[in-house]
Amino acid sequence: MKRTISLTINGTRYTDEVEPRLLFIHYLREVAGLTGPHIGCETSICGACTVMLDGKAVKSCTMFAVQADGRQAITIEGLAQNGKLDPLQEAFWNEHGLQCGFCTPGMIITARQLLTDNPHPTDQEIRHGLDGNLCRCTGYQHIVNAVRTAAKAGA
Amino acid sequence: MATTVTKPETLVGKRIRRLEDPRLITGAATYLDDIKVPGMHHACVVRSPHGAAIIRSIDTKAALALPGVAAVFTGADIKHLGPVPCAASLPGLRVPHHHLLAQDRVYFAGHPVAVVVATDRYIAQDAADLVEVDYEPLQAVTDPEKAIAPGAPAVHPEWADNVAFTFHQEGGDTAQAFLDADVVVRQRITSQRLIPTAMETRGVLAEWHSGEKSLTLRSSTQIPHLLRTLVAGILGMPENLLRVITPEVGGGFGSKLNVYAEEALMAFIAMKINKPVKWVESRRENFQCTIHGRGHVDYFELAAKRDGTMLGMRLKLIQDLGAYLQLLTPAIPTLSVLMMPGLYRFKNISADIVGVFTNAVPTDAYRGAGRPEATHGIERMVDILAAELRMDPVALRLKNFVGNDEFPYATPTGLAYDSGDYAKPLQQALETVDYDGLRREQVAARSAGKLMGIGISTYGEICAMGPSIALPAGGWESATVKVEPTGKVTVMTGASPHGQGEETTFAQIVADELGVAMGDVLVVHGDTAVVQYGIGTFGSRGTAVGGTAMYYALQTLKAKIRKFGAMMLESETVTLSGGFCTDEATGKSVSFAEMAVAAYHAKKLPPNTEPGLVATCFWEPPNFTFPFGAHIVVTDVDRETGDISIRRYVAVDDCGRIINPLIVAGQVHGGVAQGLGQALWEQAVYDDNGQLVTGELTDYALPKAHQMPWIEASHTETPSPTNPLGVKGVGEAGTIGCSPAVVNSVVDALSPLGVRHIDMPLTPEKIWNLIQKGGRA
Repeated sequence: MKRTISLTINGTRYTDEVEPRLLFIHYLREVAGLTGPHIGCETSICGACTVMLDGKAVKSCTMFAVQADGRQAITIEGLAQNGKLDPLQEAFWNEHGLQCGFCTPGMIITARQLLTDNPHPTDQEIRHGLDGNLCRCTGYQHIVNAVRTAAKAGA
Repeated sequence: MATTVTKPETLVGKRIRRLEDPRLITGAATYLDDIKVPGMHHACVVRSPHGAAIIRSIDTKAALALPGVAAVFTGADIKHLGPVPCAASLPGLRVPHHHLLAQDRVYFAGHPVAVVVATDRYIAQDAADLVEVDYEPLQAVTDPEKAIAPGAPAVHPEWADNVAFTFHQEGGDTAQAFLDADVVVRQRITSQRLIPTAMETRGVLAEWHSGEKSLTLRSSTQIPHLLRTLVAGILGMPENLLRVITPEVGGGFGSKLNVYAEEALMAFIAMKINKPVKWVESRRENFQCTIHGRGHVDYFELAAKRDGTMLGMRLKLIQDLGAYLQLLTPAIPTLSVLMMPGLYRFKNISADIVGVFTNAVPTDAYRGAGRPEATHGIERMVDILAAELRMDPVALRLKNFVGNDEFPYATPTGLAYDSGDYAKPLQQALETVDYDGLRREQVAARSAGKLMGIGISTYGEICAMGPSIALPAGGWESATVKVEPTGKVTVMTGASPHGQGEETTFAQIVADELGVAMGDVLVVHGDTAVVQYGIGTFGSRGTAVGGTAMYYALQTLKAKIRKFGAMMLESETVTLSGGFCTDEATGKSVSFAEMAVAAYHAKKLPPNTEPGLVATCFWEPPNFTFPFGAHIVVTDVDRETGDISIRRYVAVDDCGRIINPLIVAGQVHGGVAQGLGQALWEQAVYDDNGQLVTGELTDYALPKAHQMPWIEASHTETPSPTNPLGVKGVGEAGTIGCSPAVVNSVVDALSPLGVRHIDMPLTPEKIWNLIQKGGRA
């Protein structure tokens, strides 16, 4: 009982037959081969699986691949343009906003959404905006610095 | 042929962004679950839903009948294999035989019972649900104090008292110290069970190469070489036919400093079915089956003179071990005992540990490993003593610190503290917060009925683990430094990092020593076929031990490079600096790259010199290092809700010489977050049936971004004499310094109500109830 889905990921068209129960994160990682988004909890708490879907940051572990049919997704792999890092990626690098790096792809995508909604956030707004993404390494301080720096750079 | 060598500025001590980050921020890094190999199968582990039960039967027929299922393994299939190893030994230690899969009994919720292997991870999960296990549930016990009470159910039927070991350590004359005391303060203090929660769960990919009869085992681990040695032992296979590769590791915090059943199981299954097998832990499994940390019930007694001079300390330590002994489980509380004197001069200690079996997942090393528990207790006891004596907690600490002229300082626990200036970070922290001003403000706040607290901890650590005598499998570290014929430099380190940034800090050191650009240095780790051998990254040892091994290999290499320089310049007196060998007399020089070419082309060699430029060092540290610091936390407690808000968090840490301040700051922040998690929110909760109630991230309260205060981190730098880099280590400092400062602050806030101690985590409910009851617990 497979279903055919067709969607755009990072500007590339994908058409695949999938089981209706296939989670979108598993589609991205196992079928499309995009292993940037990670699986950290399967309960939509940690946010490591966060990707953009039609311009909104979503947790791809708690939706099915079939729900992404006909839609446009951007993963961490699609954030840099023509080999140039997104200002948020640069800021995470410059400010040491990551250690083990496992939460980073989801964290950067969520930060992207945050700055789209609110280009000049306060530190408290940054912290609340990132509450759906857990990091066990950094204590968030350098992540907040990175998002603030990227915002100042007009990201 | 040769790279252009330019003289870089000195890089050690500079804020340099990390070399490993480009792959991590673009999604290009390869973690365990990102790896696919042809023919790969997926494993799913069937686990006990009971805290304690007898297995009556296991029926695998329905699972095996599902299309796509390759095999199902149960306890009977692996009975002949070696146990999951415990490397720690103590006199009289009772070690339960830890089979890879349960035999006729399960001992904790999550205990592995069977493994299903299928072509697809969804099918493997479906099939796991079809494995029928008939259990006869038994009464479980998960509280260590209840477990050693008379009449408690026996976790292991052969040991009715649930005691795995008792351990006594004594230094000085504690009985006399307590006789001499004017004041003795006593308190029961717990350090609750915590779940390490690396964001990447564990995972294993095993590949059997039937032609070579060799096996490649990829695992998300902190200790690839020890894993190889120990898994080879479990399987009974020659170690040199087993290759362990550690891909990118998404955090460990001690939880991946272990050898787990699944690592050996996947290796065994890959051989059995002749297919590559991958297993990736779910978060629920990670919470149920990967080691927990802490789990202490401690009874402290501190003896002092009326003037505040501390005389001695007694401790009865009850350690919740869980159902089995993992790699270092029983050793962790012995580290707490070593840490008992803290930064203080008293010479008399007496400690008794009782290691207790419970129907829970084993405890083992989690960030700090034994030292946060001890420091929490000591720093709480100092505050309790200060309150008893009506002394300022700062004055009491300053009165008892080991003096700057006393190093190396012999502790009553047998350690030799290497170097320190214990008052310095405290003074710096006091100035940062304006301590006297805060105390005046507190007086005003109290008369206005507000609950404001100021909490201090002055902590010490035992780091750079460690001399080999202190670690079961050796405490040295190794490095090979290789200058390639093109002048590029490759370092192979046995310290296998997982977020610490060693690819950057090690390259900084190499660049300074050899005068090459950082970008020309590649740091390789985590592959037993490439790296000579190693112990791993844990216990704040990466740079202090692994970096030092590399430093000495670099010195050997530099001596050899100088020989080639002398030969090429036809001079006896050459100096190596900034990437050039220079004849001081003539001013002529040859570049690093030219010497590298000469060493490999070997048309002409210096006397008694082999071709090539490779040096290896296995460095045995003569001692631990002893970082220290002071944390001050200012809190406001809401009378109406019991909510704690942290107004200031000041951390002044002395981790010796700093290689990269950006990375050090990150380690402090992350450490504080885990300390704060313990102090305020986190707790692994088992119910009386042995169910892990906090079994998912939905229920286990990991710190979130908005809950973290701004951490004002600064440093003092007292070099360690233990190693030539002068570094002490910083991975655990934040965690160790944090929790007592937070609890001291909240107890200080509630002290007008008569509160003198609160056990962690300081949930609003607990605080609100205390306030409602006028401070009575």
